[in-house]
Amino acid sequence: MANVFAFAETRNGELRKIGLEAVTAARRIADETGGKVDAFVAGSAGIAARADQLAKYGADAVIVAEHAEFAKYNPEALAAIVAERVRGGSYRVVLFPTSALGSDLAPRVAAKLGVGLVTDVTEIKLDGDTVVVKHPVNIGKVIATVKIASHPALIGIRANMFTPVEKPHAGTVERAEPVGDPAASRVVVKEVKLGGGAKLDLGEAPVIVSGGRGLKGPENFKMLEDLAAAFGNAAVGATRVVTDEGWRPHSDQIGQTGRLVSPQLYIAVGISGAIQHLAGMRTSRTIVAINKDKEAPIFKIADYGIVGDLFEVVPALTAAVKEAKSRG
Amino acid sequence: MKIAVCIKRVPDMDVRFKIAPIGNAVDEAGLKFDMNDFDSWAVEAALQIKDKDAATEVVVVSLGPDAVQETIRKALAMGADRGIELKSDRIPFDGLAIAHALATELKDGGFDLILFGKQSADSSNGVVGAMVGELLGLPLVTSISKLELAGQTGLAKREIEGGQEFVEFPLPAVLTIDQGLNTARYPALKGIMSAKKKPLEIKPAQLGEQSVSVVQMELPPERAAGRIIGEGVSAVPELVRLLQTEAKVL
Ligand SMILES: Cc1cc2nc3c(=O)[nH]c(=O)nc-3n(C[C@H](O)[C@H](O)[C@H](O)COP(=O)(O)OP(=O)(O)OC[C@H]3O[C@@H](n4cnc5c(N)ncnc54)[C@H](O)[C@@H]3O)c2cc1C
Ligand SMILES: Nc1ncnc2c1ncn2[C@@H]1O[C@H](COP(=O)(O)O)[C@@H](O)[C@H]1O
Repeated sequence: MANVFAFAETRNGELRKIGLEAVTAARRIADETGGKVDAFVAGSAGIAARADQLAKYGADAVIVAEHAEFAKYNPEALAAIVAERVRGGSYRVVLFPTSALGSDLAPRVAAKLGVGLVTDVTEIKLDGDTVVVKHPVNIGKVIATVKIASHPALIGIRANMFTPVEKPHAGTVERAEPVGDPAASRVVVKEVKLGGGAKLDLGEAPVIVSGGRGLKGPENFKMLEDLAAAFGNAAVGATRVVTDEGWRPHSDQIGQTGRLVSPQLYIAVGISGAIQHLAGMRTSRTIVAINKDKEAPIFKIADYGIVGDLFEVVPALTAAVKEAKSRG
Repeated sequence: MKIAVCIKRVPDMDVRFKIAPIGNAVDEAGLKFDMNDFDSWAVEAALQIKDKDAATEVVVVSLGPDAVQETIRKALAMGADRGIELKSDRIPFDGLAIAHALATELKDGGFDLILFGKQSADSSNGVVGAMVGELLGLPLVTSISKLELAGQTGLAKREIEGGQEFVEFPLPAVLTIDQGLNTARYPALKGIMSAKKKPLEIKPAQLGEQSVSVVQMELPPERAAGRIIGEGVSAVPELVRLLQTEAKVL
């Protein structure tokens, strides 16, 4: 029997998709072994209202930490309370998202508990009492199968690998008090700047339209925004050349030193396909490339390539996608 | 100021890897090795502080076999003052074991800043720096792309999904470095010559207990070979058809 603890990440009081993915991954492990799922959620007053949603996705219990200090990420206080809850439970597996927040939090908790952690995990298996995970190494060019022998085993899941599935459970709410005074944390997030409100995050978007140097300037990204809008569920990414030039923010960079994404559809526009870029998107399910150079390396991995001038092809594609969508 | 930078020796990624006969490691024959990119930016960050305040001492630490001396020498050639090799036959995969050895070495060093890369290109775990911060009980900020120091206080920018966080912390502190902070300098010839004379201490690594191990490595399934479906605007209808009927994403 394996009980699982899932850290359900929130932002501005809302559950993030990767938080639900953690609950779904937890539910799957618990169901295979006859264990229970405890979801953990922290936020300012009112966050307990999210418990229903966590129950819907399979939480047997929802541990709620409500405190004004949890409105923003408070790394020290959050690590302390999570470590305490994990220590006090009998969990075989503890799941975190591999997100900016989860990547900061999980190693803190692992070090506090003195247990093993593997992040960016794409598959989890319990083989008897052994926890075995898959984790891409060498910028995704090699897949490692890794055994975590500690109790519990800490795992950071990669986004978009565990599609949230509704599986209603009781979701009994249990309150958790912070350990010490969260306002006394030494490390303090003073300010959070978020780009356009309802914008889909690259890690969560099912479709990504990504632009490279071929776009020639920041003003032309409007064209990609339009294509993304035509899909409706798309985000816009970029190569390093583009973010280094300041045409798009650094947080939009995809690749070895940027974001790792695996959307259902990745449309590479005016992108040559350097290995450092491929490292961040090669696990996308379907890849489309639009490039005027038929020798561009991106065509080697593109399921569908169009050789042509992006300034002509992209508007035509946007119109055709709109048309296809309107026909349903 | 006294700054430590932890640097890892990693293979150059611009190759086709082969799996070694033991099955749980890559074949190292023919691979070139260099300092992990993020770590070179961490070294650069330390050196930029030293450029402004010559009294700064920059110490680089690398855990691994004797070959890491080459990585340490590179950092010394860039301008670091001395190096420490924490000797271990191989670099374990378990981040906590590495963190334990690094924390043991750094604990009493009196460092104001301890810098790490955000993650290593080979293990791709992104955990060692944060674990050392926690083991040492020091303020810790991960994945920073901007850093300002004013006396005993620091302000860092972290990239988060769709935005940035601005984080304040007191010194001494542990930081992990993302891209965007700087561009690493190349060692100048003079630096390479003087690096040979800089102190490099060798100590056994006090690795912690290891609970995480690689049982197997494999190459990911190859993507089907790319396919060019047409040229220019005239290929758009075919693309839309394929996205609808074959890929089923539209
Ligand atoms: C340590 C390191 C880390 C790196 N990390 C990353 C990373 O995380 N992410 C990343 O993306 N890069 C990264 N890079 C950079 C990477 O090596 C490439 O330089 C970069 O990805 C190239 O970006 P690009 O494709 O936009 O530009 P280019 O390589 O210049 O390609 C532009 C493409 O646009 C096409 N084009 C031009 N005009 C048109 C037109 N009118 N219509 C159609 N096509 C057109 C051209 O044919 C060309 O193929 C890294 C590099 C290093 C050394
Ligand atoms: N063997 C090592 N020696 C020195 N520093 C290391 C070692 N392994 C990891 N690090 C540091 O920890 C960071 C994160 O590594 P990782 O957790 O493996 O992704 C690296 O960027 C280095 O700064």
